[in-house]
Amino acid sequence: MRELKIQTIKNGSVIDHITAGNAVKVLHILGIPRTSSSTVSVAMNVKSKFGKKDIVKVENRELDPQEVDKIALIAPKATINIIRDFEVAEKHKVKLPKEISGIVRCSNPTCVSNFNEPVESRFIVIREDPPRIKCYFCEREPEDIAERII
Amino acid sequence: MNFKGRDIISIKDFSKAEINYILECSKKMVPYAKGEKYTNILKDRVLSSLFFEPSTRTRLSFESAMNRLGGRVIGFSDPSGTSQKKGESLADTIRMADSYSDVIVVRHPQEGAARLAAEFADVPVLNAGDGAGRHPTQCLLDLFTILTEKKKIEKNKIALLGDLKYGRTVHSLAYALSLYGVELTFVSPESLKMPKEVINECKELGAEPRSTSSLEKAISDADVLYVTRIQKERFPDAEEYNRVVGIYKIDNDLLKHARKDIIVMHPLPRVTEINPEVDKTPHALYFKQAFNGVPVRMALLSLISGGRL
Repeated sequence: MRELKIQTIKNGSVIDHITAGNAVKVLHILGIPRTSSSTVSVAMNVKSKFGKKDIVKVENRELDPQEVDKIALIAPKATINIIRDFEVAEKHKVKLPKEISGIVRCSNPTCVSNFNEPVESRFIVIREDPPRIKCYFCEREPEDIAERII
Repeated sequence: MNFKGRDIISIKDFSKAEINYILECSKKMVPYAKGEKYTNILKDRVLSSLFFEPSTRTRLSFESAMNRLGGRVIGFSDPSGTSQKKGESLADTIRMADSYSDVIVVRHPQEGAARLAAEFADVPVLNAGDGAGRHPTQCLLDLFTILTEKKKIEKNKIALLGDLKYGRTVHSLAYALSLYGVELTFVSPESLKMPKEVINECKELGAEPRSTSSLEKAISDADVLYVTRIQKERFPDAEEYNRVVGIYKIDNDLLKHARKDIIVMHPLPRVTEINPEVDKTPHALYFKQAFNGVPVRMALLSLISGGRL
């Protein structure tokens, strides 16, 4: 029997197939644990059929798939499993929304969104996988999205 | 086609059909822009002219355009006399202009500033240049100049020369010319090459732009030579500027190697890149190009304000 690195959960959400090394950024994007008192387990560099991946388990909280979609920015192949009584009750693949707000900082130092204006950063999604986004304000495309997470 | 209430932020917000319509309207505005005919279609309308950066042609031609349409202009050409100096945000300045006028023209050093302005204004916003970003009305007047001089935009061979990295006019123009299927050549020193993302956009529209650092090579079969100034104010360091300033000079000797009907355009101001001796030749189109800013901006102001001739 395979030894489990982290325990199965009775109820909650499992974010699987996160690009290896990005689990902490995924938590940051989702505001976990800031917005939640749930127990959170993180496994990084887990071996899988397709190479290494990260996994996040959030106990006793069912994540809203639409809210989780924004993690597709840095983990386009991630899946969300909703667990009820140790069984996978629902399974979703993340899908980038058309627009992303307040998550990525524009890479253009002279973009108006990087100054003292009452706006959140805002990006239009050009392509989903691999993700390509452009700033709504200055139209610049950040090359390394993961590095630009606020 | 209905443009009433629309913002003019980026040339990319417009289809080719919409651009053609704006150019048609611009043509009808020429006698009014020259003062040969008179109109009051924007009587009692007020334009806010907010220039956070210096400008001669863009500001004056916008103000001339509004006056020629019978409207009035308020605003500033130097932000040092405004509350920006006290730390007021652009958003708040725009909220004020929105309540004082029917249309807002804004030039600002930060990229994306006009798009932000449009978020905070109910009245239409026209982008008069945002940093090294977009300058859609310059792009439209450039297209109008090529159209009126060459009778068509399609199939011309057009060389864009100079600061292709920081020059905002050439980015918008390269995109727009790609919509028309022109043969584009980008001529610049290595350090001022056209950004990859602009080249990719041109390719996505079906254009196959060539890049070279040789002006002589590019000029030999060009129908249009579009010259830009190496802009000192956009360089992050003076050393890089000094290495490239003055690298290209257009004079009558050089133009001997060009087609007889080549037209030389420049968004102005020029410094040393075009010798004044070229001004007297039929190649020099840059002053007419600057005039074309008036009919094109008259067309835009009337279209977005719902005024009809």
